[in-house]
Amino acid sequence: MATSVVKLASNSNPRPRLRPGKIVMWVALIVTAFIALWPMYWLLVTALTPTENSIKTPPDLIPIHASLSNFERLFARAKDYPQWAINSLTITLTITFFHIFFDTLAGYAFAKKKFPGRTLLFGLILSTLMIPVHVTLVPQYIVTRNLGMINSLWAVILPGTADVFGIFLMRQYIQTLPTELEEASRIDGCSEPGVFWRIILPLSKPALGALAIFTFVRFWNAFLWPLIVLQKSNNYTLPVGVASLQGEFSTDYGIIFAGASLAALPMIAFFLIFQRYFLEGVRMGALKG
Amino acid sequence: MSNVALEKAKVRPAGFTGKIGKFIKKYGWGYAFVLPSLLTFSIFTVIPVFWSFIISFQNFKLNGNSTWVGLDNYFTAFTTQSGVFVEALKNTLTYTVFTVTANIFIGLTLAGLMQPLGKYAQTFFRAAYYLPAVTSAVIIAMVWRWMFNTQWGFLNFLLSLLGFGPVKWLADPDIALNSVTLSTILTVPATAVVLFSAAMGSIPKDYYEAADLEGAGPLRKWWSITLPLIKSTTLYLVVLYTISSFEVFERIYIMVPSGVGNSTQVIVTQIYQNGFQQFKYGVAAAQAFILFLIIASVAVVQFRFLKSDVEY
Repeated sequence: MATSVVKLASNSNPRPRLRPGKIVMWVALIVTAFIALWPMYWLLVTALTPTENSIKTPPDLIPIHASLSNFERLFARAKDYPQWAINSLTITLTITFFHIFFDTLAGYAFAKKKFPGRTLLFGLILSTLMIPVHVTLVPQYIVTRNLGMINSLWAVILPGTADVFGIFLMRQYIQTLPTELEEASRIDGCSEPGVFWRIILPLSKPALGALAIFTFVRFWNAFLWPLIVLQKSNNYTLPVGVASLQGEFSTDYGIIFAGASLAALPMIAFFLIFQRYFLEGVRMGALKG
Repeated sequence: MSNVALEKAKVRPAGFTGKIGKFIKKYGWGYAFVLPSLLTFSIFTVIPVFWSFIISFQNFKLNGNSTWVGLDNYFTAFTTQSGVFVEALKNTLTYTVFTVTANIFIGLTLAGLMQPLGKYAQTFFRAAYYLPAVTSAVIIAMVWRWMFNTQWGFLNFLLSLLGFGPVKWLADPDIALNSVTLSTILTVPATAVVLFSAAMGSIPKDYYEAADLEGAGPLRKWWSITLPLIKSTTLYLVVLYTISSFEVFERIYIMVPSGVGNSTQVIVTQIYQNGFQQFKYGVAAAQAFILFLIIASVAVVQFRFLKSDVEY
């Protein structure tokens, strides 16, 4: 309720002054931003502080003992770490590529093409959004096993190629594109795949950006399925590998968080660079969870 | 234009003849374009869902000696490991009720507070709230586990400044689940903030001006204009957060790896344990369908209650 008071009070006041209401508002926002960002900061501090300085009271609130020794120990003792990064990158890039292509293709057909059963098929695809992924875990595991793909990156990539959200997102976006361009290019003798490749794909760039970013983040951070099918250390993805550090180095927080922070950094950088697309993407409903 | 198009169509070499040919010519590309997605989708979602349903009625063995057991798995789901699944259901429900309520409330409040700010300030706060959301849940949970550490954790350090003794956040079975819930709540619901502020920003200003003329107070305006007009966003977020809370896994798996007794077991940790640690595939499948059933019925109820026909 306080929200609206502040908001409307400031609306009706043409010249904003610093009033108690406004101060409370700023303090509330800054404090929550601080709380939201604190774990990220603490992650970094712990990664930079040698473990013996982390396990003491009071802890170093700012990294006054900062050094890269945790990282050196990480690479010396968790030998597979670089491999985890390569695995994560391979899986995520491949899936993102599949999504961009397949989702746009399907989204285009559902948005602009007319064919019998279109609404039914689209409805069918959307309705599966309600089904928790956990329902498919067991059969997917059995298939993966029977195909001999346990511990293969394909075990993560293949099931990742089906994507409802992307199709929905691309359909919504392509619906807003003017039809004249497609028709004009058809008149000029452009084939249907050509229309898709030369007209639709380039025009969809803004939505594709959001789709690519979200797919990338989602699969970079994926955990449960990779945890199930990747069972040997050199096949782990970063989240699975980093989680395993917890078991391996139990109280050596320096080494654990050196690993965790390195795994988090690419996403943080990625977010800061493409921040606009992220927030736009959230608004378009691209985010699950 | 249509004349030219017709000409083109006539000139095009007629590879297909007859009714089927016409059908393919007219609709073929549409089907071709959805085919790759439909294929992957059928193989990796539709078929597994049905197969999983079948497995939930079987004593499934990887070597092919599966036997039908009727509803046994659904009963075993509740009785295995001396009924821990009942405990898990309760825990999941508690976790969901608290996190969803808190997420909606915090999201609404923060979005409301941000509304009068300038564009840059809004972008800054949205980005700040959103940053942890792009970070792997595994890593966030690891940091929280460390901050919850009884001896060296940051939270107990803060408490000690205030003169309170150490709390066994994750080690005490009575409070471990609350600690996990707390960590979720304190991870600001970024999606809610972004979506609520977008929804609030798109409400036409005239509505408030009209209300001003009618002499409506701020509370009245909030209640009668803002809340009804963001109802569909609220519905979407409630459903979204309910589903993700029911499916909570990473946080629990990372923060209390061995579980603190049964007090931190949730539905998905049970599915994981039964399916992939004890290899009772049928039981895991049955539990997954129970989860599905719960999520579907909760979502239906939420849609009924919060459905809104307001357009603006």
